[in-house]
Amino acid sequence: MAQAASIGGEQHGPQGFWTKYVFSQDHKIIAMQYSSTAILVGVLGMVMSWVIRLQLGFPGQFDFISPSTYYQTITLHGMIMVVYLLTALLLGGFGNYFIPLMIGARDMAFPYLNMLSYWFYFLSVIVLLASFFVPGGPTGAGWTLYPPQSITAGTPGSGMGILVMLTSLVIFIVATTMGGLNYITTVLQLRAKGMTLMRMPLTVWGVFVASIIALLAFPALFVGGVMLLLDRVVGSSFFMPAVVSLGQQLDYKGGSPLLFQHLFWYFGHPEVYIVALPAFGLASDIISCHARKPIFGYRMMVWAIVAIGGISFTVWAHHMFVSGMNPYFGFFFASTTLVIAIPTAIKVYNWVLTLWGGSIRLVTPMLFAIGFVSTFLVGGLTGLFLGNVVVDIPLTDTYFVIAHFHLVMGVSAIMAIFAGIYQWFPKITGRMLSEGLGRLHFWVTFIGVYALFFPMHYLGFLGVPRRYFAYEGVNFIPPSAAGLNVFISVAALVTGAAQLVLLFNLAWSVFKGKKAEDNPWQATTLEWQTPHTPPRHGNWGAELPVVNRWAYDYSVPGAPQDYLPQNYETPAEQPQRAST
Amino acid sequence: MNVSAGWGAFRLSASKLGLWLFMAVVTILFSALISAYVVRMGLPDWRALPEPGVLWFNTALLVLSSVALQWSRGQSALHELRGVWVGALLGLLFVLGQFWAWAQLYALGYFVTSNPSSSFFYLITALHGLHLVGGLGAWVWVGVRAKSGSSKDRFLANVALCTTYWHFLLLVWLVLFALMLLT
Repeated sequence: MAQAASIGGEQHGPQGFWTKYVFSQDHKIIAMQYSSTAILVGVLGMVMSWVIRLQLGFPGQFDFISPSTYYQTITLHGMIMVVYLLTALLLGGFGNYFIPLMIGARDMAFPYLNMLSYWFYFLSVIVLLASFFVPGGPTGAGWTLYPPQSITAGTPGSGMGILVMLTSLVIFIVATTMGGLNYITTVLQLRAKGMTLMRMPLTVWGVFVASIIALLAFPALFVGGVMLLLDRVVGSSFFMPAVVSLGQQLDYKGGSPLLFQHLFWYFGHPEVYIVALPAFGLASDIISCHARKPIFGYRMMVWAIVAIGGISFTVWAHHMFVSGMNPYFGFFFASTTLVIAIPTAIKVYNWVLTLWGGSIRLVTPMLFAIGFVSTFLVGGLTGLFLGNVVVDIPLTDTYFVIAHFHLVMGVSAIMAIFAGIYQWFPKITGRMLSEGLGRLHFWVTFIGVYALFFPMHYLGFLGVPRRYFAYEGVNFIPPSAAGLNVFISVAALVTGAAQLVLLFNLAWSVFKGKKAEDNPWQATTLEWQTPHTPPRHGNWGAELPVVNRWAYDYSVPGAPQDYLPQNYETPAEQPQRAST
Repeated sequence: MNVSAGWGAFRLSASKLGLWLFMAVVTILFSALISAYVVRMGLPDWRALPEPGVLWFNTALLVLSSVALQWSRGQSALHELRGVWVGALLGLLFVLGQFWAWAQLYALGYFVTSNPSSSFFYLITALHGLHLVGGLGAWVWVGVRAKSGSSKDRFLANVALCTTYWHFLLLVWLVLFALMLLT
C-alpha cells in the first residue's frame, strides 16, 4: 500500500488530468468526487419526494403516478437519501476532506484504498440507477426490503429490480468498508505532533466513531442482503416461509421473515447514528466558532459520542415492536431506546449552553447549525414517544413516524450538511458563497421543513396510515386530512425548489464569488491554518503543523486575538524552543 | 515501516492496524452469519447435514498452509520465497478441496435449496472461500512485488501481514467447521 502520507517535504502531486482529477489518490479530490456524486443522486432523491407529494396532495391528478410507480418512488427515495446521499456524503465526502486536514496529516493512511472506495461507491450508484432500466423497474418493496413481499410476485420490481438493488447495496458496503478502515486508521495513527485524541475537533470524533459503527453494522446488512439474494435467485428458504402467491403455492418453506428484520435493523438503527454523529460534530464546531466561545463540556461531548455509538447497537428491535416479540424483549429495547436519549440530550444542552452568552454571528453556516439543533431536538423528542411500546404500536404505521424520522435524521442531517457546506466552501474553493442567497436558502428551507413535517404529526394522530397510495373510501380519515395534505405538498414543492438557490449559489460562487481569506471565520482548527487556500497536494507545504492546544480556544482571556489556532504558540510557550 | 511524523495511538504500522480492523469486520460478518444459522436452526424444518468427509482433509491442508506461511515468516529474512509459495499452493488446494466437498454433497443429493442446513453450508463455505481467494491474491501480489524488487523491510512486513490474515482465516474456518459438525 503506497503511503503518500509518510513522505515529507513539499509534495508534488500527480500532474496528468486522469491521475489528478479522475483516478486521484488525494483525499481532497476523492472528497469532492464523493460529495458531487452524492449530491447528484440526492437531487434525484429530492425530485422523487416531489412525486410522492404530488400523489398524496393531489391524488389522481397525475397520470404518470401509478401505484407501482408510487411504491418504487418511495422505496428509492428512502434508499437514496439514507444510504447513497447521507452516508456517502458525511463519511466519504466530509470525512475524507476533514480527517487529514483537521488532524494535521498529509493524506489518508491508504490513499490507494481510498480511491478504490470512491470507485466502488460510484459503481454502486451506477448499478442503483440501472434498476430504472431493467424489466419491471426498480424494487417497490419499501426501503427496508422486507421479505417475503420484496421478492414475491405482485410487488413492483420483485423480478430484476430487487436483484439490482441488493447488488448495489453489497457493492456500497464494500466501498464503505474500505473507506471506514481508512478513516479509523488515519485518525488513530496519522495525527500531527501534539494532536492528542482529546484535542481533536468534534467533527473528527463524530466521523471517527461513525466509521467504527459503520464497520460493525454494515456486515449484518451484507449477510442479510446476500441471503435474500439467494432466496430470490436460487430459491433457498432463509427468510421465505411457505407462501401462496397469486393463488399458487411457492416452493419456499419454513424460512423466517423476522430473521431478516433483525439483520436489517441491527444495521438499520446504528445507520441512524452513522449519519447523526458526523452531523453532531459539524454542528458543534460551527456553533463554537460563530458563538466565539469554547464548546461547552468538550469531554462530555466526546463521551456522549462514544456512548451513543455503543448504545446504538442495543436498540434495533424498537423498529420491530409490531412484528411481535416477547414482552420482556420489548421492555428491554424500549429501555435502551430511552437510555440513548441521555447522552443525546447532553449534547443538545451543551450546544445551547455554548450559545448562551456567546457573541453570536448569525452568518449562514451558523443559521443552519442552529436549524440543525432545532430540527434534531423536535424530531428527537417524538422519538421518546415512539420508544415506548404502547405508544409505538398505534403510531408506527402512521405519518407520525414519517414526521419523526424525517426531522431527526433526514432534515437535521441535511441542515448540518448545509452548515458544513457554507462553513467550509471558502477553504475548499478559495471563494466565499453569497451570504444573501445563503440566508434566503436558509429561511425558506427552515420554515419549509416545519410547514412540511409538523402537520404530519397531526395526521399521524388522526391515524392516517403511511405507505398508502390513495385514501379513497378510508372512512375514519376526516376530509380535513386531504386539505392538510395539499398544504404539505405545496410546502414540499417550495422547500425543494429552494434547494436550487443553493445549487446556483455553489455554481456561481466557484467562479464569481468573493475571494476568501485563508481563515475567513477566524476559526481555530487546523484546516484553516494551511499555507494555501485551497490546500495543495500534501496539505501542509514543507512542514507538518505542531499542535499546542485544543480546538476551542475562543475568547481566551489575555490572548492577542479572540481565537488561538491549534498550532499557535503563546509567547510563554516559545522561549523553551528558542533556547535549544 | 515509516508511518509518519504523527502521533500513533498504537505502536503499529498503519497497514497492521488496517488489517486488524479488517479482521474485526470479517469477524462481525461471520458472527452475523452464525447468529442467522443458529436462529434458522431453531425452526422446525431444519435437518442436520452429513458433513462430507473431505472437509477433514481440507482442514488439514489449511492448517499445513498456515504452518508453511508461519515458517516462511521466520525464514523471510533470507528472502526465502519457498514457504510463501508452498503455503499459497496449499491454500489453493484447500479452495479446490472445498469445491470437491460441494461435489460430494451434491452427489448425496443435497443441493443449495434442499434444506436450510445445506443452503447455509454452501453460503458459509463460499463466503469463507472468497476471503481465502482474496488472501491468495494478496500472496501473489506480495510475491510479485518481491520479484520486482521491493525493499526487504517492506517484503518482511507484507509477509507478516499476509500470515496474520491466513491464521485468522484458519481460525474462522475452525469455528465454522465446528459449528457445522456440532449441529
